[in-house]
Amino acid sequence: MAVQGGRPSGGSAEHGRTGGTPPSEQDEQFYREYILDHYKNPRNFGRLEAPTLSHEEDNPLCGDVVGIDLKVSDGQIEDVRFHGRGCAISQASASLLTERIKGQSLDDARKISKEDVFEDLGIAISPARVKCALLSLKVLKVGAWGLGDWSGEEEE
Amino acid sequence: MRYDVDAIRADFPIFETGIVYLDSANTSQRPRQVLEAMDEYYTKFNSNIHRGAYRFSEIATEHYESTRAKAKRFLNARSTREIVYTRGTTEGINLVAYGWGRKHLTAGDLIVLTILEHHSNIVPWQILAAEKGARLEWVDIDEQGRLRQDQFAALLEQSPKLVSFGQISNAMGTINPYAEMTAAAKAAGAMVLIDGAQGAPHAGIDVQAVGCDFYAFSGHKMLGPTGAGILYGRREVLEEMDPFLAGGDMIRTVRKEGTIYAEVPTKFEAGTMPIAQVIGLGAAFDYLEGLGMSSVRAHELEMTEYALEALSEVPDLTVYGPPASERGGVVSFDVKGIHAHDLATILDRHQVAIRAGHHCAQPLMDRLDVSATARASFYVYTKREEIDVMIEGIRDAQRIFA
Repeated sequence: MAVQGGRPSGGSAEHGRTGGTPPSEQDEQFYREYILDHYKNPRNFGRLEAPTLSHEEDNPLCGDVVGIDLKVSDGQIEDVRFHGRGCAISQASASLLTERIKGQSLDDARKISKEDVFEDLGIAISPARVKCALLSLKVLKVGAWGLGDWSGEEEE
Repeated sequence: MRYDVDAIRADFPIFETGIVYLDSANTSQRPRQVLEAMDEYYTKFNSNIHRGAYRFSEIATEHYESTRAKAKRFLNARSTREIVYTRGTTEGINLVAYGWGRKHLTAGDLIVLTILEHHSNIVPWQILAAEKGARLEWVDIDEQGRLRQDQFAALLEQSPKLVSFGQISNAMGTINPYAEMTAAAKAAGAMVLIDGAQGAPHAGIDVQAVGCDFYAFSGHKMLGPTGAGILYGRREVLEEMDPFLAGGDMIRTVRKEGTIYAEVPTKFEAGTMPIAQVIGLGAAFDYLEGLGMSSVRAHELEMTEYALEALSEVPDLTVYGPPASERGGVVSFDVKGIHAHDLATILDRHQVAIRAGHHCAQPLMDRLDVSATARASFYVYTKREEIDVMIEGIRDAQRIFA
């Protein structure tokens, strides 16, 4: 079962070949330019000096690590930084998430769903990579909101 | 006789899909002969073993037990009584930890493992050590992924009760000097378990010549089906061990007052066993015997040399582990700037299957200070052309991530 991203040209050829498309073209669809850009030039990367909230999680299966620092004032996320290491999916997903929540109210950030994250990524995420894609959202949910038992990715 | 890889591949229906399968250290593919042997059981004489007083059950029992004789020959064991059917390597090691370890280990006893071990040869001993107050020590590796024999010798001077190590490392491919290590450990008075999960499919073993007390391996990594494996144990040791799982078939008589266990190896085979899978494993032994283990090893060496050579020409690529001559058909590597999972995803789009991750060897990954590696592994059916496709895929990944 693949999770299809919301963007229209997201890689629909999730497994195997379709038609005569050479593999490298599909790879470029999968690792789309902006995913690689977020991976190589992560936005809001680093640490905050005095974060209101800070949390880190890892995915022991592949060694991905993501941590998020938040500076919250009057219910608004004034600033955000993330740190970590891992695959392109996990790191680009974290970078995209920080862009989404920066300047948002906590209430709005609270409503972010895994579908939102997939939509931001805009590519088909295979079952094996769902945990990579959702690691940063897990950090946000578990750390900032204390939802220790959040298991959004398992529902996939 | 020339090693005809194309003829071998024709026995494996899965290759009709076009998959470039470089993950045999994880699980191998199965030839038609193995599938047919299981099919024959299910369609011609399906019945339970050891109990039916009718013809089908006798035929099933005969086929099921014939695998034991094949395993005995494969390992050069003294007797079929030394061959215990298990679900796989993991169950075999757990059986020893439970049936031998719980009975014989006491507080302060030393168990020696190595940093190369698979989690299956770590966690059962951690549980046992915690229960008994025993301690674990680890043999480290040198820069080329070889076990440090000086350190092993020093640990043996502390008179360990048990030494347990892999014949071939699943993560790095290192072929350990298992015969020498076993001899040294026996001389130091230790019991020796060899994890043969990678060794049995790719090198085989002569348990009498090596002199280990236990040898555990899985069928599914050596052309057999999942769900059936073998634990070899020296008969004297097996006989004084406690049973592992209790229930039907492993008993001689059961009275309300108590139970007398069956003789070995039946004592360790409780419940209805995976009959079809054991029969399939028998066909896998036949297939490997037909090829000859020395030919299997020679072919893998050729593939490994070819892969190491090809990988050495790829820029920004690090290979872990020793040179080809000291390595099973396993190559672990890292491509700079590309996480192993991303590499595996891109290779998947070239129809190349490799493993990416920690290979169930996290202590080793910590030791190497990496979170994951990519691993290609080869077997009897691997072709040079498949390695070429992988190299092409790696270069494609580098282009995408450039």
